[in-house]
Amino acid sequence: MSFHASLRNNAQTIFQHAEEFFDVSFGGSGNPLRHLGAMGLYFLWIVVGSGLYLYTVLDTSINGVYSSISDLSREPWYLGGILRSLHRYAADAFILVMALHLVREWAYGRYFGFRFYSWVTGVPILWLSYVSGISGYWIVWDQLAQFSATASTELLDWLPIFSEPAARNFLSPDSLNDRFFTMLMFIHLGIPLMLILGLWAHVHRISRVDYLPSRQVMLGTLGTLLLLALIKPALSDAPANLALSPTQVRLDWFMLFIHPMTDITSPAMVWMMLFAATALLFILPFLPHPNAEPIAEVDAANCNGCSRCLADCPYAAITMGPHPGRPGYRIAIVAADLCAGCGICAGSCPSSTPFRKQERLLTGIDMPQQTVNDLRQQLEEQLAQLEGRTRIVVFGCNRAANARLLAAPDTAVISLLCTGALPPAFVEYALRGGADGVMLASCRSGGCDYRLGERWTAERLSGQREPHLRSKVPLARLHHVFASVNDNKLLAEALHEFRKKIEIQGLTDDPLQPYYRRNSHHV
Amino acid sequence: MSKPAAIVGQIILYGAFAVFIGYFATFPRYRQIPDDAALIKLSMSHLGDRECRKRTAEELEKMPRNMRAPLECPRERSDIKLEVDLDGEKLFSTVMHPTGLSKDGVSTIYKRFELKAGSYRLTVRMNDNLIKPGFNYIKEEQVTLKPGRVLVIDFNPDKGGLFFRQ
Repeated sequence: MSFHASLRNNAQTIFQHAEEFFDVSFGGSGNPLRHLGAMGLYFLWIVVGSGLYLYTVLDTSINGVYSSISDLSREPWYLGGILRSLHRYAADAFILVMALHLVREWAYGRYFGFRFYSWVTGVPILWLSYVSGISGYWIVWDQLAQFSATASTELLDWLPIFSEPAARNFLSPDSLNDRFFTMLMFIHLGIPLMLILGLWAHVHRISRVDYLPSRQVMLGTLGTLLLLALIKPALSDAPANLALSPTQVRLDWFMLFIHPMTDITSPAMVWMMLFAATALLFILPFLPHPNAEPIAEVDAANCNGCSRCLADCPYAAITMGPHPGRPGYRIAIVAADLCAGCGICAGSCPSSTPFRKQERLLTGIDMPQQTVNDLRQQLEEQLAQLEGRTRIVVFGCNRAANARLLAAPDTAVISLLCTGALPPAFVEYALRGGADGVMLASCRSGGCDYRLGERWTAERLSGQREPHLRSKVPLARLHHVFASVNDNKLLAEALHEFRKKIEIQGLTDDPLQPYYRRNSHHV
Repeated sequence: MSKPAAIVGQIILYGAFAVFIGYFATFPRYRQIPDDAALIKLSMSHLGDRECRKRTAEELEKMPRNMRAPLECPRERSDIKLEVDLDGEKLFSTVMHPTGLSKDGVSTIYKRFELKAGSYRLTVRMNDNLIKPGFNYIKEEQVTLKPGRVLVIDFNPDKGGLFFRQ
């Protein structure tokens, strides 16, 4: 294993444990660590909303800019002061979750293949965020602003882009005029607009984007920031005075860490690090990485154009086009560069039912690495070999807890690309084929590696989503477990409990009739 | 986990989040220069000189009427030599080059020096036409640098050349 792969795996393990720790309090769907992108967007909306108010009271004249901001914290404190503090702390939180989001996506290996576009479009967002944030600090025009403006322009002057040193603008009090702050406002409004445009590009190739975290998390986070604003309101330092050099400043380390870094090293070193880090982020997808999964294949003869795969694909990899052989019908078309190879589309296809009599089960959309025909064949073979008092079939997920460890004479295990790839009819097929119970082991709630697999599976099983599990299937014989790669023990316990429950309850009133395809006359 | 326990867990995690954001938003304080230090900022933007030749009357006569400029000047500007001494010791010395592909732009410099506050003999010498020897601009003054204050060394031909500003 390469050093990079080893580093990534270790980082992934840390994230997994942290997320599971947060699951305890927040649950899967509310876990902020599993929705860092949505958290970032939420903080951005707080920044934008509070910023609009700040903009209305800002005086961009050199004599008025400082007091127009610092007075906010006093008159009226409950509106201006809180909104100003929210603006600052939400911006810091945005930077924090953005950094965590970046590291997490890297740790989980979500930067190549079908995620290449989202990764690459995320890189400029880092630059835009910092330019927006740093320019915001200048507008306050206190000592911290003076320090940051001088340090930033000294850093910029190392690049051969200005004919005159930009730092000359901050030489003395008479170097500045009102136009500086007007220009600054254009930057501080214009760059965030570009940032929002960049965010649109960042997410527009995936479907069902998490634009916001859960309501519970939004309220909790907003409450936390409001409390912080009350306890520790954002205040201005002394007014800027270019005749003086601020000796000590209350630095915002989330935004302005670059200035001490320049002091410790040099502008050349800082630019080298920034450009190197940016280049590394861009070339990361081209470095050696695991091979991509084979993509979904559409069988025109079996696709009736129902578009359920279109509705369920988490990456908008499916579009519908005119069917080549049936005038007036549509057919699913898979975009190779967007397909994750998760198989959720195969699980959504109504033609994927194993009750079809065909010797070779062909469906409308299928995964070459694990076709529904393979799945049915594997299930039939394993059902035939099952023995014991209570026979259970476990459908696991390659990315979740290792279900294969549960294999035993009375337990058949089939591990799937994703549990979302399982057509629900397979549950009934297993029960009518001789299993006493069926257990599905998905990733933890909100933790599906393919975003929506565990959610679609749960909705299909509960009849909220097509294709649904038929209502006549007794739910007592079905158990859906949510277990991550670290939950092997939990999975084993769940199986044990499920078996015990079936044995205690007894299943004599089971309405399901046995069904054996090879003996059946049903077509 | 029971609901009350989950709520307590959330409160602790939200609290940790608030402490993290609140602390690093202003702490630890950053000190760029010590309390007893002052800054000298040397910053100039000046067009180097160039050697022009006066055209003779015969030359001007041969030229079209609209192009009869009395002086013939090269496009290229001279480098600028600059030296800064503090109490007779050399603090900084450089040769500034004109900007532009044709070397016809301004020569610029921006340097920041951190010094202990106190009184110093500050001498700045500049030659903006290196064809000529020596320095055509010299400014020498006893300056008192107060803690935290900035002294700017600048150049403006309209203000008599080199000047100090505090």
